[in-house]
Amino acid sequence: MRKLHQIAAVCALGAAVLSGNVLAQTTAAKEETGKDIAFNRTKGNCLACHGMPTVPDAESTGLYGPPLIAMSARYPDKAKLRAQIWDATAFNPSTSMIPFGKHGVLTEQEIDKVTDFVYGL
Amino acid sequence: MNQKNIAKLLAGLAGLGIALGAATAMATPEQDRQEFIKYYTSKYPNVKVDDYVYGALAFDPDSKAQYDAIMEFPPFEADIEKGRKMWETPLKSGKKYADCLPNGGKQIAGNYPMFDEAKGKVVTLQDAINDCRVANGEEAYKLNDMKTMGVLTAYMRTLSDGMLMNIKVEGPKAMAAYEDGKKTFFSRKGQLNFACASCHVQNAGVRLRSELISPAVGHAVHWPVFRGGDNLVTLQQRYDGCFKQVRAVPPAQGSVTMNNLEYFHSSLSNGLPMKASVFRK
Ligand code: HEC
Ligand code: HEC
Repeated sequence: MRKLHQIAAVCALGAAVLSGNVLAQTTAAKEETGKDIAFNRTKGNCLACHGMPTVPDAESTGLYGPPLIAMSARYPDKAKLRAQIWDATAFNPSTSMIPFGKHGVLTEQEIDKVTDFVYGL
Repeated sequence: MNQKNIAKLLAGLAGLGIALGAATAMATPEQDRQEFIKYYTSKYPNVKVDDYVYGALAFDPDSKAQYDAIMEFPPFEADIEKGRKMWETPLKSGKKYADCLPNGGKQIAGNYPMFDEAKGKVVTLQDAINDCRVANGEEAYKLNDMKTMGVLTAYMRTLSDGMLMNIKVEGPKAMAAYEDGKKTFFSRKGQLNFACASCHVQNAGVRLRSELISPAVGHAVHWPVFRGGDNLVTLQQRYDGCFKQVRAVPPAQGSVTMNNLEYFHSSLSNGLPMKASVFRK
């Protein structure tokens, strides 16, 4: 049941973070950052499939896709990185990555923000 | 399924017809099953095919140990007992379920779904139970009602424990139903654009977030499951969940699409032992 404890701990952490956000919003509505969108399970949920070894709070990440690291070196052309996020099936028709732009899972602005965030990894 | 065939099948709807033809021309269900097993075992040579009946647990000894401990004293025994009472209560005609199902309802679950030539379509075990109810003066149960059909089958299927899954696909009409189920299994759907195969073939044994993904072989033998120990889920109810997870609209339970999917999907487990019911996370 060690796992249960871990889950409980994560939930408690989640609650703490959430209440933090709520407090912040009382002063000024906070705009979602690229990182927020990438981490949000109902938005990018990139962590479901990708590790982010340079981001300390990227926890319990999945392994469907490769770890996202050294992205600016590997994608000198940022447009290509954005295109991968917009529709991964264009590069690999049998990919299991979600076509975030093509299927309207994220808005164009959200994809821009996520691209900026991932480019910095 | 070798990597190339899987890739072709997942390459999208446009290519699917061609890919199915090219990749599996004349493939019999037994050849398909062997190809699936070859695909999984070449990726995971140390996991025994017999253990695939444990689903994702086959890939995670720690969770399997927890499962074994829970299964010593299953928390869902009261529900099985409720199902036994339902099973033994006479229907309006005075007959019992055992009187109107083949072999008194024992050692038969592994024959379902089966292709019914007279009806010209696939029937599931649930359909057979409903036919029995209607023929004996009762109303059919709703397939997605876990409190009636779910609980009844949680007991009824224990009568087939140990039987080996034995799905037969004989004749052109049965083959067409099988192929239709296979097409559903490999077609991408929903806003998130997944096929069943994207997860349960391509990524079996791989983590999606913290969730380890089970292989499709072994999927169909152990239903219903009790998720979290008390939440009863039938096989098609689970399909429903997986469709929703990828933001697709699930076909109705008991529809031709769902039944054909269950037909194809169950035949992948041919030769593996039935076991009702089991604990799942
Ligand atoms: C359901 C699985 C899944 C999700 C969710 C997912 N990806 Fe991917 N991603 C993959 C896979 C698999 C690959 C490997 C290449 C391919 O098949 O397209 C990949 C590849 C990539 C690549 C190329 C990596 C490289 O090394 O070249 C980038 C960049 C990327 N993903 C970014 C993202 C971002 C950003 C998100 C969230 C907005 C995301 N992914 C969400 C599965 C996923
Ligand atoms: C996005 C990933 C994903 C897709 C696509 C998907 N599933 Fe699942 N499925 C899961 C997860 C996660 C679980 C729970 C962990 C496990 O047992 O594999 C699961 C569990 C199951 C189980 C229960 C296994 C068990 O032993 O308890 C069955 C059966 C199943 N899926 C069938 C299907 C079918 C059929 C489809 C297509 C209609 C499908 N899945 C599509 C992710 C997916």
